[in-house]
Amino acid sequence: MFFDAAFWLPLAIMAPLTTALLLFLLPRRSGLLTVIGAAATIATVFLATLLVIQNGAARHTLGGWGAPLGIDLTADGLTVLMLALTAIVGAAITLYAHGYFTHPVHDATARTRYANFWPLWFFLWAALNALFLSGDVFNLYVTLELVSFAAVALTALAGKPAVLAAAMRYLLVGLLGSLFYLMGVVFLYGGFGVLDIAALGAVVTATPALAAAAALITVGLAMKTALFPLHFWLPPAHANATAPVSALLSALVIKGSFYILLRVWLGVLYPLGETIAPYLLMALGAAALLWGSLQAIRQTRLKLLVAYSTVAQIGYLFLLMPLLLAERNNLVALAGVVCFMLAHATAKASAFLSAGAIQLATGDDRLASLRGLMQIMPAPVAAFAMAGVSLVALPPSGGFVAKWFMLDATLASGYWVVALVIVAGGLMAAVYIMRVLAPLFRQVETVEARRVEHVPLSMNLSAFGLAVLAILLSFTGVYVLEILAIGAPWVTEAGL
Amino acid sequence: MINASVLYALAGVVLFGMGVYAMIAYPHLLRKILGMNVMGVGVFMVFIAISYQGPEQRADPVPHALVITGIVVAVCATGLALALATQLHALTGSARIPADGEE
Amino acid sequence: MRDLRVLEHHHDDDTAMTPPRLIILALSVLMVVGLALAALSFPAGDARLATLAMAALPQSGVLNPVTAVLLNYRGYDTLLEVAVLLLAILGIWAVAPQARIWIRRPDTPVLAAFVQLLLPLMVVVAGYLLWLGADEPGGAFQGGAVLGALGVLWVAAAVWLSNARRGNLLRPLLGIGLAAFITAAVALLLARGSLLEYPSGQAKTIILIIEGAALFSIGATLTLLFVGGFPRRSDAP
Repeated sequence: MFFDAAFWLPLAIMAPLTTALLLFLLPRRSGLLTVIGAAATIATVFLATLLVIQNGAARHTLGGWGAPLGIDLTADGLTVLMLALTAIVGAAITLYAHGYFTHPVHDATARTRYANFWPLWFFLWAALNALFLSGDVFNLYVTLELVSFAAVALTALAGKPAVLAAAMRYLLVGLLGSLFYLMGVVFLYGGFGVLDIAALGAVVTATPALAAAAALITVGLAMKTALFPLHFWLPPAHANATAPVSALLSALVIKGSFYILLRVWLGVLYPLGETIAPYLLMALGAAALLWGSLQAIRQTRLKLLVAYSTVAQIGYLFLLMPLLLAERNNLVALAGVVCFMLAHATAKASAFLSAGAIQLATGDDRLASLRGLMQIMPAPVAAFAMAGVSLVALPPSGGFVAKWFMLDATLASGYWVVALVIVAGGLMAAVYIMRVLAPLFRQVETVEARRVEHVPLSMNLSAFGLAVLAILLSFTGVYVLEILAIGAPWVTEAGL
Repeated sequence: MINASVLYALAGVVLFGMGVYAMIAYPHLLRKILGMNVMGVGVFMVFIAISYQGPEQRADPVPHALVITGIVVAVCATGLALALATQLHALTGSARIPADGEE
Repeated sequence: MRDLRVLEHHHDDDTAMTPPRLIILALSVLMVVGLALAALSFPAGDARLATLAMAALPQSGVLNPVTAVLLNYRGYDTLLEVAVLLLAILGIWAVAPQARIWIRRPDTPVLAAFVQLLLPLMVVVAGYLLWLGADEPGGAFQGGAVLGALGVLWVAAAVWLSNARRGNLLRPLLGIGLAAFITAAVALLLARGSLLEYPSGQAKTIILIIEGAALFSIGATLTLLFVGGFPRRSDAP
């Protein structure tokens, strides 16, 4: 039992969920509970990951019924990569948040409000793990709402009017998106009579019901993933939230809805793979990349710049949709997308965490006031620079490997225009990252005159650690390919 | 052939569309939140309608159970949205979202 | 009662048809037509999960197929749903640290006395609905809705706020549903190898225990969704 990956799948959800519940019941014990809860979550995730890598894809039949009557948790290579990513980035953000939220610059009221961060974050962690593991389209709806509620409440923690407006817009867009998704699920059930992804994959045909479901699900999830032109809610929410929350939202939360989109298209909606839909997503991805990068270049505030960079980088996720769907076994294209998710999550989390450290220390995040900070606070500045290397995709970095796979896949299939867009996106990223790095590394003489708040070690350590990881991911490309091949998420000709 | 369940499903689709329109077109938060609820009711109506399996057979219980789940989620969403809206109003004096998110 | 009046009406809130709204309207109509056409193409519903659900009913421990789906076949959905309820309250507390509710103690003692009279009655009704849910339409959510109504009356009559010390019971009351669900789920995972797999013959007992705990959490959650914030002590300004 203990050496079967299937045993650990539900525990990877129950560990953070129990922690969230205990944090709610015993708010005064949060220090100890967060450490134990994070350790337990990470342990279950890594056991599940290792066992899946060793023994192959796993399936847990909840309630002992088995799909299609019951709900199954499923874990293949793609699932465990996302679980492990969430665990690693989540652990770093947990460490950072311990330093950030107790920092003396926050007054007592703010710190009381921030106490809500802990149960909300563990709810979010549980919801993300549940999302990645779910094999059932209706269950995915419930996990999507859990993620959305936790994310909105976390955004609102900052308490300022601007952030409440951003959180309100985030909630409304999120609800609109999830109701579109739910209507899509209803159409899938109406048309095909099952809810399990694998069971649906075995019976779907290109009918009007499938087309309607595809339209509803794609629009709903594109809204939640902030794909251009439905991205308008993201920059204010990500830029105005507290730093640990911005990092969670940008690194993990948008990946959740994209993951569902990817799974549902590969596993259920694939009969429509040769229609115009994947090309439309590709075009929107290209537009997101160009528009988001232009906006990022125009920004004068650090966190808004990083947020618009997220709008741009979401575009990369959609660029390879036609390749993923038309060929149905293009592992290189999938590896490009997944490596990109890993690289973006680590680099963007690190960028937001270091930007947060800078803002906390200087009380300011205008680009103009970043001058000379390298001399005063080298750790966050160095972390931002390394994260920037990965965002621009210079070698060696995770971003470089991701784009290598992407270029490889696009050129092999003759999509050279997409390859050009990928290269253009990298160049534009270089421009906006340099707009931050240039003032940071500028030598200034009046350094002593500038007083900054102390940044605790835990914050520097986690921002720096994630940046190092973003660089080290450069050496993992081959392993990602191997892991993704475990129970690859395509529906093959023979069914499953 | 048109029967009552088809009519319910079509009514649900229309309600869904009305909710979408209200959520997108009107700036006032209460209208948006109501629109969201109308959308939800539309989804639930379609779901209940497709559980009909003819006069001899008992209705499919799965959509019924899922709709209960959906209703509970919708109630929670409404509560959270109203709390945010009232708080936003208390801090800014306005019950609508500013046209552009930047301060 | 709650400060929703502020959201009600604004003179500047026009709903006039402007060109952008016309476009939104046209798109909405287009979507409705497309979805309606797709909905008309649904195949006749005989190959659905209904057959499986009815066939497995004897092993599910209950006679009401909806309860069987909700608490047995898809019990995990319901576990997450109970988590959504708790998360909603937590979210509201994070957003609005203080309830914006104002309570005026009613001028006569009649309402408070009536509510206290109603209390045992409604608790019995809720419990009966829960018990009934195993075999007939009913269940924890229906019972919880009755308790929620009781809670709203209770708040309206200012009974609850006059007993501010009961606030200490609030967190356990809100959390007990999820606590029972998780405990049962993990215990059954360790005992039977799969989450929420009920041993045959004991399914009904376990379902009723989980539902009984969830009943109180649902009632308390619905009440607090109405209050909309962390309840203020009566001595607070």
